[in-house]
Amino acid sequence: MRTLSAEAAVAMIPDGATLMIGGFMAVGSPERVIDELVRQGKRNLTVIANDNATPGRGIGKLVDAGLVSRTIASHIGLNPETQRQMIAKKIEVDLVPQGTLIERIRAGGYGLGGVLTPTGVGTVVEEGKQRVEIKGKAYLIETALRADFALIHAFLADYLGNLSYALTARNFNPVMAMAADTTIVTADNIVPVGVISPDHVVTPAPLVDYLVTNG
Amino acid sequence: MKAVDAQSIIAKRIANELRNGMLVNLGIGIPTMVANFVPAGITVFFQSENGLIGTGPIPEEGMAHPTLTDAGGRPVTALPGACTFDSAMSFGLIRGGHVDVTVLGALQVDAHGLLANWMIPGKMVPGMGGAMDLVTGAKRVIVAMQHTAKGKPKIVNKCTLPLTSARPVDLVVSELAVIGFPDGRATLLERGPGVSVEQVLAGTEAKLSLPDQIPEMRL
Repeated sequence: MRTLSAEAAVAMIPDGATLMIGGFMAVGSPERVIDELVRQGKRNLTVIANDNATPGRGIGKLVDAGLVSRTIASHIGLNPETQRQMIAKKIEVDLVPQGTLIERIRAGGYGLGGVLTPTGVGTVVEEGKQRVEIKGKAYLIETALRADFALIHAFLADYLGNLSYALTARNFNPVMAMAADTTIVTADNIVPVGVISPDHVVTPAPLVDYLVTNG
Repeated sequence: MKAVDAQSIIAKRIANELRNGMLVNLGIGIPTMVANFVPAGITVFFQSENGLIGTGPIPEEGMAHPTLTDAGGRPVTALPGACTFDSAMSFGLIRGGHVDVTVLGALQVDAHGLLANWMIPGKMVPGMGGAMDLVTGAKRVIVAMQHTAKGKPKIVNKCTLPLTSARPVDLVVSELAVIGFPDGRATLLERGPGVSVEQVLAGTEAKLSLPDQIPEMRL
């Protein structure tokens, strides 16, 4: 694990990158890295995330700035700007059931090719997918998702990169931290090793490539 | 009937379905109101799918925390015994049949209980969020909805809108009726307060089975 500034972290991300961004309606999103993506004007991004938040918050800031060309999400209903850009064909939107989305990301991080889920069977979600039957029950094959970068926000990060999360700001973060080639973390508090007890570490340090310094 | 009265009737009637110790997931809108009518002496666990069991009421002014929110991103409180977890566990709880009851809204429900509640092609494409997983995986699915939309029936022969799941719902509660699906057929189980069977039928497109006894719902 290396520490660096938000500016240096975002400088590593090229235009056209695929990003997994933690957060649920911007709760638990890495706002400082998002702000820096906007400042450096990284373009043509693919954003994999639960939702697109709202204009002016979290991932909504990337959409506002016109930096997102594709999003894979479970919900965009609270971001009218994403819907406007979708209708204008400026942003491609792949809608995925939330439980399927998190499992596809988990599969990507856990070395699985995908998962079998009953969710979506007999709906438009099934289109173009393979259906399999196991013990008489129908499932869809949903393939794994990976990203170039996972942008994660934690409550505590210790000097080694062990992470713990706060309340509902955990959401997609620990799952995404395993599913990208490079994992970049911001944290509310950077603390000495040992402050997070072993039982309370949610994301183990070896999963974290870069910790963005505070201040 | 005023809309607010209709919503209270629906929420109260559904709250009567709750039993001690149940894990319950409430959607937004009328379903959220069910939490206001939990019968005395009953304790249930409310799940928010963003990663919380033990969701409590909206906090008093000045007591909100930015990392304690419901699935709509609004501030909530956490009750004693609450716990938090990531989205994989949250949907494991949902898909894995650990959620006893989910209450959701509907655009349409058909004669066999199939539900459409997540999009209107060409008009409204918000994304399904957790709805497809909830309807597919919860032990019991209850729909909370006003009986008609702008005078048009919402309980139809066949859904014209995209389905949420191939799994039928278990119960539909409106201000006019409680409808179940024994043997896969829409059946009028209860009437709303002061509502006649004829009034229910007039607002329903799907053919309803009519048992000998159709009591008024008890609130």
